[in-house]
Amino acid sequence: MSHHIVQADNLHYTYPDGTVGLNKINFKIHHGESVALVGSNGAGKSTLLLHLIGSLAPTDGDIRIGDFPLNKKNLKLVRRSVGMVFQDPDDQLFMPTVFDDVAFGPINLGIPEKEVEQRVMDSLETVGVPHLIRRSPHKLSGGEKRAVAIATVLATTPDILIMDEPSSNLDPSSRRRLINLLKTFTHTKIIATHDLDMALEVCSRTIILDRGQIVADGLTKELFIDENLLKTSGLEKPLTMQRCPVCSNYSKI
Amino acid sequence: MSNLQNNLFDIFYIDTLACRQSWIHSLDPRAKVLTTLIFVGIVVSFDKYEIAMLIPFFIYPAVAIALADLPFVYLAKKMLLLLPFAFFIGIFNPLMDNKTLITFDLKDIVDLMEFIGFKENIGKMGTIDISGGWVSFLSIMIRFCLTVGAALILISTTGFDAVCLALQRFGVPRPFIVQLMFLYRYMFVLIDEASRMVRARSLRTFDNSNQMRFGIFISMVGQLLLRTMDRAQRIHLAMCCRGFEGDIQMLRAINFGVPETLFTAGWTSLFVILRLYNIPVKLGMMIENLLLS
Amino acid sequence: MHMADALISPAVGGTMWAVTAGLIGYCSKKVKNEMDDQKIPLMGVLGAFIFASQMINFTIPITGSSGHLGGGMILAILLGPHIAFLTMASVLTVQALFFADGGLLALGCNIFNLGFFPCFIAYPLIYKTFVKDADTNYMRSNSIDFKKTERKILAGSIIGAIVALQMGAFAVVIETLFSGISELPFTTFLMLMQPIHLAIGVVEGLTTAAVVLFIWKARPEILSSASSSSPIGRTPIFKVVVGLAAAALITGGALSWFASSNPDGLEWAMFKTAGVEELESPDGIHTSLSAIQEKTAFLPDYGFKSGESNELSESSAESVKVELGTSVSGVVGGILTLIFAVAIGFALRQKKSN
Repeated sequence: MSHHIVQADNLHYTYPDGTVGLNKINFKIHHGESVALVGSNGAGKSTLLLHLIGSLAPTDGDIRIGDFPLNKKNLKLVRRSVGMVFQDPDDQLFMPTVFDDVAFGPINLGIPEKEVEQRVMDSLETVGVPHLIRRSPHKLSGGEKRAVAIATVLATTPDILIMDEPSSNLDPSSRRRLINLLKTFTHTKIIATHDLDMALEVCSRTIILDRGQIVADGLTKELFIDENLLKTSGLEKPLTMQRCPVCSNYSKI
Repeated sequence: MSNLQNNLFDIFYIDTLACRQSWIHSLDPRAKVLTTLIFVGIVVSFDKYEIAMLIPFFIYPAVAIALADLPFVYLAKKMLLLLPFAFFIGIFNPLMDNKTLITFDLKDIVDLMEFIGFKENIGKMGTIDISGGWVSFLSIMIRFCLTVGAALILISTTGFDAVCLALQRFGVPRPFIVQLMFLYRYMFVLIDEASRMVRARSLRTFDNSNQMRFGIFISMVGQLLLRTMDRAQRIHLAMCCRGFEGDIQMLRAINFGVPETLFTAGWTSLFVILRLYNIPVKLGMMIENLLLS
Repeated sequence: MHMADALISPAVGGTMWAVTAGLIGYCSKKVKNEMDDQKIPLMGVLGAFIFASQMINFTIPITGSSGHLGGGMILAILLGPHIAFLTMASVLTVQALFFADGGLLALGCNIFNLGFFPCFIAYPLIYKTFVKDADTNYMRSNSIDFKKTERKILAGSIIGAIVALQMGAFAVVIETLFSGISELPFTTFLMLMQPIHLAIGVVEGLTTAAVVLFIWKARPEILSSASSSSPIGRTPIFKVVVGLAAAALITGGALSWFASSNPDGLEWAMFKTAGVEELESPDGIHTSLSAIQEKTAFLPDYGFKSGESNELSESSAESVKVELGTSVSGVVGGILTLIFAVAIGFALRQKKSN
């Protein structure tokens, strides 16, 4: 399975002002894997994601996506196989209606009109919001916006899904819907998040970043037990793995 | 500030109106844009002293509001809010133009009233002179109501993106259409962002005056501008990630069929007839003849 | 200040529409050819920014009134003249449609008054002479050059904004005068408009300069990239002005030709409209010629005397002795010709798709 791999080789990035963004990043993500990218604020999650979609070019080191090294020449090719869901859906939904927005990618890929419409419907149905098709993005709720944003990416049929904080700003039930949805995807997934409970449910593997470096890379369940590791990386055990304060108090009495 | 926020609510509301279902709503936007332009063009083509002939033109907003089930009170209120500007310019007309344009002979009016049934003596006979200035002032006000009303009806039966689509089909250059779409989309987002900034500041301003010093103003506007430019970069990135290569295309089937042709041609012929024949005066003469014969 | 539909005549409105349409076409072409695609979302959100920034007001000392950022100048400085003009035009279009600011017929006037002067006069001829591209590229470490540039930006923005607004205000006066709807005498209106807009210009200039300086200090690269991306030399400006003058002359001429006492204008136009009906009708071209004759005979011989009688009766009370003359024929003719043209387009397209 050499298809759809995402590989970083000794990745190094320094911001123009001299701050080190990424330092000796090495990983290999295989086809169909779900990987959570966690770490405190400023640990380098977003910087890493921007590298994976070719928006930032590494100061040193290489990225390979699928069969291609990521460089200027391959950028367009690579972007066809990678779908990125941005943190702020308002950045992603820029067209006048939901339909136009979801159709934007497929049209750019040169897909025939009839098929575009089918794809738009399919994508919206996958995320469970086909009824929003004629609405304007500015009139959607936060959860609806997120769902549509995911649909816009699904419509381009990417092999690899990259998501930046997909569960942020969602109410609990929208978040639950999102998690259930993500679980059904068979794509290779890279999810940058602070929501460790979601990471626990959706991603079998986790990469912990701290100050631009990978401090741990392994099975989510195993990493999240290591309280010391979590603490030094500015994290905390997922709530579902902590003892319930109500029940434990109750048992004490 | 509150003014702009109200405007935003207005846009939201108008947007909602544009989503309603009616025969007019379902028409191809081109028919409505064209009809509106013709309407405005014909209304403003009248001589500046014209009043009578302008009146029949209210038929268009009236019918449109009725067919599209638009809230009349809301539209009227919105129009009233905009009135001061036309008023400001128009009010100079009565001051400058004193020439008597119309003379009412009170005797005629008394005759008429007696005919209708008033038997008392109304008083002294004489004439009332109305200067051209007042006539043209009234004319300006009527034009204002008609033209503004037509624009509001257009947008609340069509919606902004459909108007853009129509403009594009009429040959307005693509970059400008794309610009309109982006502007409209991000107006909501940025006004929201700006109002959050303003709110955050005013919550930390503890005197009641709530005045903003120039320095603070500049740093807030500057911040907003920088954030806006960052957002533009993120949007561009999001576009590139979905295969954007400099051209934005939209799939929209619109069809200028029989109903559209009927709508446009019907209204246009009516406008032209109203432009050519002074129906109110004819009507008035008819009634007069009827009464006095 | 916005022109309103109620105050302009169709000849002025139509002429300014033609001029503005020409400018939009010119800028769109320019933008399409020269702009990197990153600017597409940028100009969109900056248009929205012009709206949003109106949320933020500062208090003008002593007067108690408040000011906010104006549009044209800052856009021209950030985006270059062509993109800025399109952006300004889009802002005014949205205002005309939603807030009914100005109105549809006056839109051409408004875009010209508020867009053309800052973007194509004040920015290239004033701001640019004060602030050269090289200036904004100076590294901040050199404090003498820094102060110098700061002063240049300040002077360029303020004088530019004042000039742009004075010209815009003057254009409003001229357009109102030519329309002949308002009775306001030329000099009075001028004496009213120019000083008010001098004050507005000073405020807009100050805010523009301060925001530009803020941006320049925070992210100098934004300014240098903006100004270099869209060069505007002497030739393009010259071309623009000549093109505009030609467009204005042609449209104005055509409109006044229609409005002139030449009755052929209307007959010709009516004939063409009748042709439209024929083209649009499902039966196609075979509709009888008699329909055309009926239509033309339907209209009297161009003499539209609106005030046939000045006698009493309530509804005829307003009847006014108006010499409508033939200005009607021009406008009606013009509009009908437009329908004719568009209808032919539709008919042809329909045929093509069938």
